[in-house]
Amino acid sequence: MDIKNMKNYLYWLFCQFELITCSYLMEPWEKVLFYTFNITMLFMVLYTAYIYVPIHISTAFQFSRILCSKHETTYLVVIWTF
Amino acid sequence: MERPGRAAAVAGAQPRANGCSGAGHGTLRNGYVRRFPAPDTQVDHIVHNGGLYKRPFNEAFEETPMLVAVLTYVGYGVLTLFGYLRDFMRQWKIEKCQNATEREEQKDFVPLYQDFENFYTRNLYMRIRDSWNRPICSVPGAKVDMMERVSHDYNWTFTYTGRVIKDIINMGSYNYLGFAQNTGTCQEAAAKVLSQYGAGVCSSRQEMGNLDKHEELEKLVARFLGVESAMAYGMGFATNSMNIPALVGKGCLILSDELNHASLVLGARLSGATIRIFKHNNMQSLEKLLKDAIVHGQPRTRRPWKKILILVEGIYSMEGSIVRLPEVIALKKKYKSYLYLDEAHSIGALGPSGRGVVDYFGLNPEDVDIMMGTFTKSFGAAGGYIGGKKELIDYLRTYSHSAVYATSMSPPVVEQIITSVKCIMGEDGTIVGKARVQQLAENTRYFRRRLKEMGFIIYGNEDSPVVPLMLYMPAKIGAFGREMLKRNIGVVVVGFPATPIIESRARFCLSAAHTKEMLDRALKEIDEVGDLLQLKYSRHRLVPLLDRPFDETTYEETED
Repeated sequence: MDIKNMKNYLYWLFCQFELITCSYLMEPWEKVLFYTFNITMLFMVLYTAYIYVPIHISTAFQFSRILCSKHETTYLVVIWTF
Repeated sequence: MERPGRAAAVAGAQPRANGCSGAGHGTLRNGYVRRFPAPDTQVDHIVHNGGLYKRPFNEAFEETPMLVAVLTYVGYGVLTLFGYLRDFMRQWKIEKCQNATEREEQKDFVPLYQDFENFYTRNLYMRIRDSWNRPICSVPGAKVDMMERVSHDYNWTFTYTGRVIKDIINMGSYNYLGFAQNTGTCQEAAAKVLSQYGAGVCSSRQEMGNLDKHEELEKLVARFLGVESAMAYGMGFATNSMNIPALVGKGCLILSDELNHASLVLGARLSGATIRIFKHNNMQSLEKLLKDAIVHGQPRTRRPWKKILILVEGIYSMEGSIVRLPEVIALKKKYKSYLYLDEAHSIGALGPSGRGVVDYFGLNPEDVDIMMGTFTKSFGAAGGYIGGKKELIDYLRTYSHSAVYATSMSPPVVEQIITSVKCIMGEDGTIVGKARVQQLAENTRYFRRRLKEMGFIIYGNEDSPVVPLMLYMPAKIGAFGREMLKRNIGVVVVGFPATPIIESRARFCLSAAHTKEMLDRALKEIDEVGDLLQLKYSRHRLVPLLDRPFDETTYEETED
């Protein structure tokens, strides 16, 4: 029952997406084009996030740790190494 | 000079002159109450306009939610991009071009199909075209039969399947009093007149076309409106567009509401008079224009305007709002201008005895200089009328283009009007007409209240039988029309050229012929579709349409 509800909900959500982006009004080939574009963009964003976010997080983490330690000299050195 | 409005505001107890009775509400500017209640409390924005209004005037326009506006633009953006893609493909013959294009030998002429309206028709309207121009095959009463049609090429062409969709609840016809019938006294009388007089005389009123029926109709209409004299025309649109040029001309000034119907706009333009537009139903804007017109006169020469004519409508068919007639009349008297009132939608539909917006506000019909209206809506017939002083009507009989050149009205149509007007006036010895007017008022209140409770954004005055329900997004226009038809309810959806681009709406027109069961079924389906399409945008924050940016208006007449 829950799975069916979930499925209905997802379908409803998809309908809302179609209505808002007007893909509800498109011809099948236009829909294919539109969804291909959207999915490609989404995939690229996710992939970029996967590649770069861990690096950014780790450097941010390091930076904040150094700030907390309040060693002026190390702080400067770290800034330099950036 | 002591201004009573100011005095009351200082005293803080009596009702203010042009605003509401609300002393002690948060922000008060020129008498407007702005309240932002908690989202789930329903507050009607009530403007009791001092001594001018004899009844509460509840008119509210909810703001478009920001998110909805943004998403609507996103939708139009996507469609526009695809429109350019399709146009590109048509240009390079990748796709078959089905729309009108320039002929080969006219390629170097001024392009005909490249403006935005054509782009819109080709690429946006065409996708949802099936919601418009649906052919019907029965009398458009409370229920209507529709011919089923399908399109195999995405709405470029339609083919009929031969099936008929029966008993669709008709929420789209301007059949306010339910006189669109093929049975009953009106039909019988019209049939009798048809056999007696024939379908029509192919001549104008000034030549051979003047029949006793026309004279009878005009006398009756004058009596119905409470004016000295009236004149009937065969076409409502032409009544406006041809009579305004007869009334004003060069050196005159027309002050027109920004949402006036195309016929009024056309008439005003044809007249050659200077046209100035005031904000919709905004009396401050109107007064400012009037004041400027009196003070500055005509541009360059500074001569005074020959005439100043104010053009307003009774009910605005797109917004469902009712004109602030008491204020307009007060301003008209104060500034000694003329008033042209188009009662196309309000005649029959408003007022305790169905005599239109003048009756609704309990005003004197003599105060309106030119009363115009149509027989198309409430009376289930065709044509239009103009009522007013005898001198005015006599003048129009001689000088109006539609009086001189148009063929006279068809006698059976005239008879339909005569019987329906007599029915409304109670002169047929029954109370059917009165009951219909009351039924319409009840239906209107009920339908509007239920829709508001459901959480839709509804525009307009609570007494107006035109009920616009906001849809906003382009895909929802098509989806709403289709889903409602699937559920056997015929609705009218309105999109871009008729409304601002983001304010697409569905427009319900209530009728006295609708029974409570029909309305309940329609409301149930609307509720369902509203949930399906997420149309319940309302946050119940009602703000007045007018922001009143101008000075406070006073309605005292100047001493002569």
